[in-house]
Amino acid sequence: MGESVLGWLDERLGLRTIYRTVFDRKVPKVNWWYTLGSATLFLFFLQVVTGIFLTVYYVPSPDHAYASIQYITNEVAFGWLIRGIHHWGASLMVVFAFAHMLRTFFMAAHKFPREITWITGVFLLLATLGMGFSGYLLPWNQQAYWATTVGTEIAGTAPVVGDFIVRVLRGGPELSALTLARFFAAHIWFLPVVISLLIGVHLYLVIRIGISSVPEEEE
Amino acid sequence: MTRLHNLDRRGFVKILLAFLGSIMGAVLGLPAIGYLLSPALKVQKSETWIPLGALNNFPIGTPVLFSFTRTRANGWEKTVNSYGVYVVRRNESEVHVYSNKCTHLSCRVSWTGEAYQCPCHDARFDLHGNVLQGPPPAPLSRFETKIENDTLMIYFAEG
Repeated sequence: MGESVLGWLDERLGLRTIYRTVFDRKVPKVNWWYTLGSATLFLFFLQVVTGIFLTVYYVPSPDHAYASIQYITNEVAFGWLIRGIHHWGASLMVVFAFAHMLRTFFMAAHKFPREITWITGVFLLLATLGMGFSGYLLPWNQQAYWATTVGTEIAGTAPVVGDFIVRVLRGGPELSALTLARFFAAHIWFLPVVISLLIGVHLYLVIRIGISSVPEEEE
Repeated sequence: MTRLHNLDRRGFVKILLAFLGSIMGAVLGLPAIGYLLSPALKVQKSETWIPLGALNNFPIGTPVLFSFTRTRANGWEKTVNSYGVYVVRRNESEVHVYSNKCTHLSCRVSWTGEAYQCPCHDARFDLHGNVLQGPPPAPLSRFETKIENDTLMIYFAEG
């Protein structure tokens, strides 16, 4: 029964082909360092899920942002868990993405024909850092407020266009409700969409080209 | 035992993955359900005895308006509602406390000297809350009272 349903679906959706292409592809004999990309991907999914759950209670307004997060942490059942996973998962994702980049570089896996995989990876790392930067403001506590003040200030040191960049980042000359709202938008819409699209290209290339083997000593 | 021997490496990894995956799914999934349902399952207790002050503060025979506020917390937001009650002391020990909310459409009635007058539809209630004229379907609601250490208290059950 289960087999026939699966067969019916497979005939129309090509599920087995997808499974074979994605999971049964040939890989060289590699080591644990090669799991960092998958680990980063897993953390991304974890961040997406916990992030969606946080938006159930979080309010991106200076009046309520801090109070709503206190409510999540102290009042909602398992709110501390969801927020905790999102908080620590964020740091962990940056660490894993960075380690994944180092592994790729040191094993020379970024070279032909994988340059585009590498380039999308660079933008993925930057977007991940952007997620960390924008998410840091959302609790709207003193730490968040001043970290973002300093962080956006740094952009202001760029010659000529610095002041303009600061204004664009903050939505005005100083940190305000507008800054919180645009950081929130960047954090839950713009950057996740960018990351999802880039992951799509990144994974397509990994599957299409295959992963590189561990370099030999004489190579 | 033969089944275990037939299990190849790939099969073992699959079972292990399914096992660990289920545990992780449960550890994250079950709390997530509680997380979503949490505010819906929280019961706000609003019933309480509210002290109106010393009984001797209230004159015998004339209704006196007593106002107070109650705070309701919904998540991170607090709502403060004001309430008014008329304290009618009948004699040394007997006291009646009426809500000033008209039983028709909840406008606030006020004591004019001879009746409680509702500003909305010209309803009138007598000293003890009975309807004298107008559309209200019931007399003014009366609070349960008690006197503790000379302090008049009412049992308040409304949100």
